[in-house]
Amino acid sequence: MKNRYFAVYALLVIAFLVLLVINLLAGSVDISIGKLWQILYTQDRVSVDGKIIWEIRMPRIIASIFLGGALALSGYLLQKFFSNPIAGPFVLGISSGAKLVVAILMVAASRVGFGIHSYMMVLAAFCGSLVATAVVLVAAKRVRNMSILIVCGVMIGYIGSAITELIVTFAADSNIVNLHNWSLGSFSGISWGNVYCFVPIVVLAGGFSFFLAKGIEAYSYGEDYARSLGMRVNGFRLVLIMTSSALSATVTAFAGPISFVGIAVPHVIHLLAKTQKPKVILPATFLGGATFCLLADVLARCLFAPTELSISTVTAVFGAPVVISMLLKRRMTNV
Amino acid sequence: MSELETKALSVGYENSPLIQDISLQVKAGKIVVLIGPNGAGKSTILKTVAGNLSPVGGVVYLNQIPSDEISAKERAKEISVMMTQRTNTEYATCFDVVSVGRYPFTGITGKLSQADIDAVKEAMEMVRAEKLRDRDFMKISDGQKQRVLLARALAQNPGVMVLDEPTGFLDIGYKLEFLELLRKLAKEKQIGILISMHELELAKVLADTVVCVSAEGRIDRIGAPEEVFSNDYLEFLFSVPKGMLKKVYPYL
Repeated sequence: MKNRYFAVYALLVIAFLVLLVINLLAGSVDISIGKLWQILYTQDRVSVDGKIIWEIRMPRIIASIFLGGALALSGYLLQKFFSNPIAGPFVLGISSGAKLVVAILMVAASRVGFGIHSYMMVLAAFCGSLVATAVVLVAAKRVRNMSILIVCGVMIGYIGSAITELIVTFAADSNIVNLHNWSLGSFSGISWGNVYCFVPIVVLAGGFSFFLAKGIEAYSYGEDYARSLGMRVNGFRLVLIMTSSALSATVTAFAGPISFVGIAVPHVIHLLAKTQKPKVILPATFLGGATFCLLADVLARCLFAPTELSISTVTAVFGAPVVISMLLKRRMTNV
Repeated sequence: MSELETKALSVGYENSPLIQDISLQVKAGKIVVLIGPNGAGKSTILKTVAGNLSPVGGVVYLNQIPSDEISAKERAKEISVMMTQRTNTEYATCFDVVSVGRYPFTGITGKLSQADIDAVKEAMEMVRAEKLRDRDFMKISDGQKQRVLLARALAQNPGVMVLDEPTGFLDIGYKLEFLELLRKLAKEKQIGILISMHELELAKVLADTVVCVSAEGRIDRIGAPEEVFSNDYLEFLFSVPKGMLKKVYPYL
C-alpha cells in the first residue's frame, strides 16, 4: 500500500510540474524555454515578455494552484460532512450563494462608490456560502435521500445564479463586463495583491484541515459510532463545514464559481490511491485540485486563443462525466 | 475489572420515556442478554447505556461512577459498542476499520503507535480475522464483517461491550461462531457484555442473565435463563397464541 501511495504522489507531482511549465510557456504569446529561463533568472519584469510572465501568468498560475487545491479540498470536506461522494460546493449551490453575495457587494460598491478590499470579497463570499449551506442543511434534515439533496442543491444554485444575473443586468455598465466574466468562473485578472490575500487563507484553512483527519476517519463510520468513540460530533461537524465554506468562499471571491473540481478530484484520488485514509487523501486532493486547475486553465486560455473560455466550461467537460459515472455506479450497487 | 450498572434509569427520545425504572447490572466477564418484541426499546436502552442518548431519568454507573461525571473520551476507553448501523466506507481495509477503535488512545493527528498497532493485531487475532487484514471491508462476507466489527470494538480495549443484534442477518454457522467468540471474550478478557438478540434458543445458552423488555415498555423480568425460558412466559412476552411456541421451537 505504501508503494501505491508513493506512486500516486509521484504521478501527481510530475503532472503538476509539467503543467506548471506549460502554463508559463503557453498562451496568446508563446515564450520559449530559453527565454523563460532568462526572464526568471534575471528577474526581468520590464520587457513585454517579462511583464507577461511576472505580472500576468505568475499570479494566474498561483491562483490555479491554491484556489484549485482549495476547491478540491472543500469538496472533500463537504463529502465527508454529508457522507455523500457526490457533494460539492458547486452542485450543492454553495458557490452560487457566495457568488450572489459578492455580486451584491460589487454592485453596491460601484453605486455608492466605495472601494472593495479583497478581504471584504472573501468575507462576503463566506457569508453567502454559509447562508446557502444553511438552506441545504434544512433540506438535508427533511430528506434523508442523498440524490434528492443534490437536486435541492442544484436548484439552490440556480436560484442564486438567477438573482446574480438579475443584479448584473441592472449594474452600472462599466462593471458588467468584469462581473460577467467573474460570475462564470475565471482565473483571469488575478493580481499579486489578490495572491497575497488568498494564499494565507488557503494555507491556514488547508493546514488546519489536516488536523481534522483523525475526526474525518472516525466520523466516516457513522455519527453514532463516532460519538461512542468519545468524539464531540456536533462541534466537529461545525468545524468541518466552516473550514469547507472558508475554502470554497475564498475560491468564489477571486475566481467565481468553478464547477465539478470539488467532486471529480477527490473521487479520482480515491480511485488511484485505493484508500480512505484522510491523511493520505487530504494532501493528494489538494495537489490533484491544483494540477487539474492548471490543466483546465491552460486549455481555457489556449484552445481558442485569443478568445478565452470560462474555466467552468473546461472543468465541466472533464468533471461532469466523472460525476455521471459515479451516479451510475451507485445506482447499480444500490448504495 | 469494569462494571456497568443502571439505577432507576428511564430511556427514550426527547423527554418522553419509552422505558422506565431500568435497574440492571453487567459484571466483569458476564453476559447479559436483552430479549423482547420488536419496538420494545432494546436498542434505546443500549444507546443510552453507551452514551449515544442522554438518559431521560436515572443514572448509568460505570465502575460506581455516574456516567455524566465521566468525559466522553474516558467513557470510550471503558465501553465500546457494536450497533446495527451498517458500515459503508469505500476503500477501507479491515485493518483500517479495526484501527478506528484506537481513536480514544491516539493523539491529535491520529497516528497509530506501536502499542496501538499491537492492540489492533491482537484484536484481529482474537476474533480470527488476522487473514482479512488487507482485504477491502466492503468485499468480505457478512459473517466476516461482523467478526471485523467485533475486533474493532475489542481494539478499544473495553471493560464493557454493548452489542445490538450482532447476529441478526447471519446464517446459523456464523451465528454460532460469533456467540462462541463472545463467550471467549467474556471468559479470557473478563469483558462484561450487554447484548440484544432475537434468537431465543441462542440467548438461552449464551446468557448469564436475561433481561426481558415487554411491549408495554417496562423491564418485565430479570433472571437466569432457566428462570425466564418457560413456554408460558415467552408466549406472554412475545404475544404468541398459547401452544404455538412449543410447536415451532420444541427445544426451547
